[in-house]
Amino acid sequence: MKMSAIPQEEYLLEGNSACHGCASSMALRIVLKALGKNTVLVVPASCTSVYQGVFPNSAIAVPAVNSAFACSAAVASGLKASLEHQGIDANVVVWAGDGGTYDIGLQALSGAAERNEDIIYICYNNEMYSNTGIQRSSATPYGAWTTTTIRGKREHRKDVAELMVAHGIPYVATASAGYLDDLYKKIKKARKIEGFRYIEILSPCPPGWRYPMQKTVEIARLAVETGMWILYECEHGILRFTGVSKAIADGRKRMRDIEEYLLLQGRFRHLNDDEIREIRKYITERWKRFAHMRGDKHAVTAEFFV
Amino acid sequence: MKEMLLTGNQAAAYAVKNSGVDVVSAYPITPSTPVVEEIAEMVERGEMNARLILVESEHSAMSACIGASLGGARAFTATSSHGLAYMHEMLHYAVNARTPIVMTVANRAIGPGWNIWADLSDAMSQRDVGWIQIYCESNQEIYDSVAMAYKVAEHQDVLLPAMVCYDGFVLSHTSMPVRIDNLSELLNEYEPVWKVNFDNPETHGNITPPEYFMELRHSIFRSHERALKVMESVEREFSEIFSRNTSLITEEYRLEDADTAIVTAGAISSEAKIAVDNLRKRRIRAGLLRIRSFRPFPSKHVVKSLNGVEKVYVFDRSVSMGSEGQIFQELKSSFHNSPSSPEIYGCVVGLGGRDVRSEIFERVVSGKIRSGWVMEVVV
Repeated sequence: MKMSAIPQEEYLLEGNSACHGCASSMALRIVLKALGKNTVLVVPASCTSVYQGVFPNSAIAVPAVNSAFACSAAVASGLKASLEHQGIDANVVVWAGDGGTYDIGLQALSGAAERNEDIIYICYNNEMYSNTGIQRSSATPYGAWTTTTIRGKREHRKDVAELMVAHGIPYVATASAGYLDDLYKKIKKARKIEGFRYIEILSPCPPGWRYPMQKTVEIARLAVETGMWILYECEHGILRFTGVSKAIADGRKRMRDIEEYLLLQGRFRHLNDDEIREIRKYITERWKRFAHMRGDKHAVTAEFFV
Repeated sequence: MKEMLLTGNQAAAYAVKNSGVDVVSAYPITPSTPVVEEIAEMVERGEMNARLILVESEHSAMSACIGASLGGARAFTATSSHGLAYMHEMLHYAVNARTPIVMTVANRAIGPGWNIWADLSDAMSQRDVGWIQIYCESNQEIYDSVAMAYKVAEHQDVLLPAMVCYDGFVLSHTSMPVRIDNLSELLNEYEPVWKVNFDNPETHGNITPPEYFMELRHSIFRSHERALKVMESVEREFSEIFSRNTSLITEEYRLEDADTAIVTAGAISSEAKIAVDNLRKRRIRAGLLRIRSFRPFPSKHVVKSLNGVEKVYVFDRSVSMGSEGQIFQELKSSFHNSPSSPEIYGCVVGLGGRDVRSEIFERVVSGKIRSGWVMEVVV
């Protein structure tokens, strides 16, 4: 896809207060372009509720509703029902962080997914509570430093995208802020599907992950190239890898070593060899599970891995 | 108009249907569940044109109502007790978001120990969130109050959510004759102030810094003050349309020449009226002042009604721990700085469904039981 195919209209305006190198704001800009004008955004407490701007101003140029932390999926359910009841056609879209998705918002998310509400739920996952000052979330990966895991987190992250697949909803996709064309296509596709759609975007965070702001795209891509983040979409239960993850799964590309990804980030700099081995093991097992979910003839072998 | 034999919960459901509610979102909890069961049946049978969102928690029920209201729909939910407590965050949210949602609360105690019976502690513990609170004495009042609550809540001078409270089981599960008036004569279509507008998009509820936040809260405070005026006009309009009276603020019963007044809210008021009649037979000039609107609290109305009364006995079916019954507090505060005040006594009664019989009121008023916590059980 050519980037020139993406519309010129801007719905996330200049002058918003996102950090330099913020992946979330890059992704939101593209997401809103893919969704277009007839979109209502529901934003729970998150970085976006700050960088959207201060009343009476707003950097979001579609109708937007701020919700409390735990309930964005429920607010969106009510909004959609309300608009539908009045015959108003609109994309009702939640734009939430991983704290609002993986932790405090999980119950409302699961409820809305089970009811197959006709909304799009997008989680921009920066793997921690960035806005409140870098605390661990259940999306924080093993070994990562946060202000509440000063020696590195001892547990692996949970995976809400997989959980959404298990809910049997019409569409689940993952994306990375390093591949905005892939993200754009997935949002475009999600828009046309009816029912509950879940899209999760890996969104590196310079101050939280401890890397220089100009490295956001590089890191967002390395996450995929090292197999740490898997790009896929799952339509009605059929899983399909996309982009670089597909090339890896098809054996056209070899995974890069995870250390390339880890060493660029201050949050992983303290890791010892055992801990890095643990992350490698996690990646291997996760890939095997996903390749199995794909259920195709491609045998999962050690060839995936370096 | 027709008359039907309805439980309090059914009366609430019929009022919701006849008030033209667009979106209902709820989660089951005793004793309020039958409201939503009844509504679900009405929607299923095609008698009611509304969207039903059956969510996974009360927090989400209130959230969905807020979303629906912001989207331009008339929204409703029903709950009780722990469910109301679980909504707490979103009760605040509904106020600051200025969403005129109406919710019925079948009042019930909060555990542990588990107790599903009548007690106003659930709603009283939400008194500071900014919702309008109306307490009912009969199923007719529940039916009328739901529609009147929408009329007040959606008024441009008010724009606040409102809860209609009634004692669990005592009213929620007890059948009474209810006049089913055509509420569309009272209520117009909901006209939201904030609208989803794709051509002129706005952001609702973003960061509001110190230079605006007090104005935001002050406008809500002023709306509560104005709500009392709006309630007066809705009372008048209601009686003109339906040729009968339903109060929204207070009700006076045999208070004209009284030197002793009982003050109550909710279902215990019926027993209090029997007590007033019995006391009058014994030449005690008793009367009753019943609080209908607890928020906004009608201090001026209360002081006016109790003018000339020497002794006031306030009966609360709830208590603020470390302090007193909530209505008792409010009543005393109403007389603060007024030139003359009656002697005011407070009683806590009927918690967790303990029966409150007319004898209790009579014994307190005649001095046989001291005020304070009245725990006697009258058989």
